[in-house]
Amino acid sequence: MKKIMTGNEAFAYGAYLAGIKIGAGYPGTPSSEILYNFARYPGVYAEWSVNEKVALDVCVGAAYAGRRAVMTTKHVGLNVAADSLFYVAYTGLKAGLVIINADDPFMHSSQNEQDNRHYARFAKVPMLEPADSEEAKSFVKYAVEISEAFDTPVIIRSTTRLSHSRTAVNLEEEPVQQAPPEPLAYERNPVKYVMIPAYARQRHPVVEERLKKLAEFAEATPLNYIEAGDDSLGIISSGVVYQYAKEVFPTATFLKLGMVYPLPVKLIRELAERVKQVVVVEELDPFIEEHVRLLGIPVKGKDVFPMIGELSPGRVRKCAQEAGLIPQGELKKVVSAPALPGRPPMLCPGCGHRGVFYALQRLRTVTFGDIGCYTLGAAPPLNAMHTCGCMGAGLGVVHGVDKVGVKDRTVAVIGDSTFFHSGVAPLINILYNKGVSTVIVLDNRVTAMTGHQPHPGSGKTLMGEDAPLISVEEVARGIGFKRVDVVNPYDFRNVVDTIKEHLRSGEPSVIVARHPCVLYTRERYSPYAVNLELCNECGNCLRIGCVPISKVEGGVAIDAALCVGCGFCATICNPKAIYQLGS
Amino acid sequence: MKKKIDFLFAGVGGQGTILTSDILAEVGLRCGYDVKKSEVHGMAQRGGAVESHVRWGEKVYSPLIEEGEADYLLGFEMLEAARWPHFLKPGSVALVNRYRIMPPVVNLGQAKYPEEKEIETILSGAGARVVWVEGAAKARELGNLALAGVVLLGALSSYLAEPAEVWQTVIEEMVPPKFKELNVKAFFAGREAKL
Repeated sequence: MKKIMTGNEAFAYGAYLAGIKIGAGYPGTPSSEILYNFARYPGVYAEWSVNEKVALDVCVGAAYAGRRAVMTTKHVGLNVAADSLFYVAYTGLKAGLVIINADDPFMHSSQNEQDNRHYARFAKVPMLEPADSEEAKSFVKYAVEISEAFDTPVIIRSTTRLSHSRTAVNLEEEPVQQAPPEPLAYERNPVKYVMIPAYARQRHPVVEERLKKLAEFAEATPLNYIEAGDDSLGIISSGVVYQYAKEVFPTATFLKLGMVYPLPVKLIRELAERVKQVVVVEELDPFIEEHVRLLGIPVKGKDVFPMIGELSPGRVRKCAQEAGLIPQGELKKVVSAPALPGRPPMLCPGCGHRGVFYALQRLRTVTFGDIGCYTLGAAPPLNAMHTCGCMGAGLGVVHGVDKVGVKDRTVAVIGDSTFFHSGVAPLINILYNKGVSTVIVLDNRVTAMTGHQPHPGSGKTLMGEDAPLISVEEVARGIGFKRVDVVNPYDFRNVVDTIKEHLRSGEPSVIVARHPCVLYTRERYSPYAVNLELCNECGNCLRIGCVPISKVEGGVAIDAALCVGCGFCATICNPKAIYQLGS
Repeated sequence: MKKKIDFLFAGVGGQGTILTSDILAEVGLRCGYDVKKSEVHGMAQRGGAVESHVRWGEKVYSPLIEEGEADYLLGFEMLEAARWPHFLKPGSVALVNRYRIMPPVVNLGQAKYPEEKEIETILSGAGARVVWVEGAAKARELGNLALAGVVLLGALSSYLAEPAEVWQTVIEEMVPPKFKELNVKAFFAGREAKL
């Protein structure tokens, strides 16, 4: 029996089948769906931790205690968790620990396209890379086995195209549900688990020895294999890119790698002996290629295929043709993509963030931003965000700018989930170091961008239970901020006045702009319409960047099907031409 | 040996391209095809341009369609349909929902929304036959604009050999139970429309 699953659904299914009992992570596209799918299986515990580092530590704890664990993250989340990755690489664990990491070539939803295969080499831990959903399922089981056999965390690397593609998965027999296990006796082993220098020095040789054994394992594992073809080209590839290569080089000999670190040296040499030309087809960095080159094997790779962006069958074919790897004769005539008006993502109709960004646009502040839906405040016509680097960065950056002193008015904006993720520490830093910055927390009560996952300010857990609701304003007051206000972002006048007051005060301050995400609550009211006789074409409503509002002859129109009736446009319409239907 | 058929879905985030393309993938699987499907979630979904690839075949490797290979384009929105001629194969069919959502640059008066004729020229330039589907109008008649995608799916089904019962079963299984009947109605409205 087969079922179509996304890569992420298959990872979750695989984790369940592999006897993993604990999952922790922080939402991040393209990894988010792994954990909430895992949480639905019987007999497991899963949580959205406040950030990736905490998530990995939680999983380390479970694995130290003796229960198999999975941590899920997007590529940049592993940066956050890197400190923990490096210690657990030294300590090892008692039960299997798998980190499922999703890279994002082309940056569909990310700030960079770092290639996290480097983390495997950097932290000296094995890495697997599945090529479709069936492998996503089965590789989790392999990862658990490797983790326990070699006493090491194992990283599984996915990419956006694997995580979010749907392919058929063979359903397997349900694992027998055992009665809840007895509490474990914690095995104390400080020499292995306390990484003071004296003990850490004893662990480093263990890590190096382990890597040698893993390299031997890589030669024999069914994860890596040669697919015989003709002897002209030998393609080395892994992950979803392997699928593209299979379409472009249907008759070539392949070395299909399911384990990308450590690499199987003997298999690579064997392939090189069988074919006239070795070609590595890989996305992003020349990770495999450099290794092959170090073996002294002539290889084509990044001289043919780009290092930047996502590959596709079309891109691989074009590059292969230009390099003469496949006949030019097959060159297809394809019309070029037309130049048409773009359609970037925007804040949703009814989004509360719009009120704050429109106010900031009007106040001409320099705004230091962060990662989330609200990053869309940077887009035209709002143009109301001026930096965005990574989770939690804006609060440190605004403090640095304020310490230097600039003529402009400055604020930092951060989302609620991001605030709990990495905003609290820099907020403390502002107060402790006698800063003057104003921080606006855009609180919509969920982690919205990644699909509405709950967080400490939501009052719910991933398991669907009620949880203590942690209040942003109480955290700020508890730290010691004296000027803390909560505003409704739809109340435009009050938002503007409050921001002005905070900026004038010359003291560090926090504004919580709170309105639940309308996409999540499905809050919807009677739509608004425009009285063209009153409209003076001032264009204010077009500057708030709300999709239903468009320019028409003699004024503007509101698409009633798209309008959710929040009424924000009506509050900023000077001639009062916008009215609610049925009011 | 099953024939390879590649379907490209184009629309605006929130229009339901993901659910309808999921239905198409499932229909393929039930009819004995190997099936792969791809799309991007997250940032791209907030009212931005979205696309989904669905591939049916005896054995499908890549979840992404290659340029110049798509047999069918399902355009949920007119401008979005016009973005993809380079993916279309000569002799392909472009089913386009007659529905416009103005992008911000057009709303701000910085760009012009293409005329229906221009869209036809762009798509037929790639050798596609352009078929206008009154998806939005039919969906409105049924009382819910969100049904337009299933109307399109119905129109697509009339070009394919797979029996209507399979489509209906899959739709009934995959849409929210509350909207089952409406979706089936929308499907047949599309399937039986004279195109």
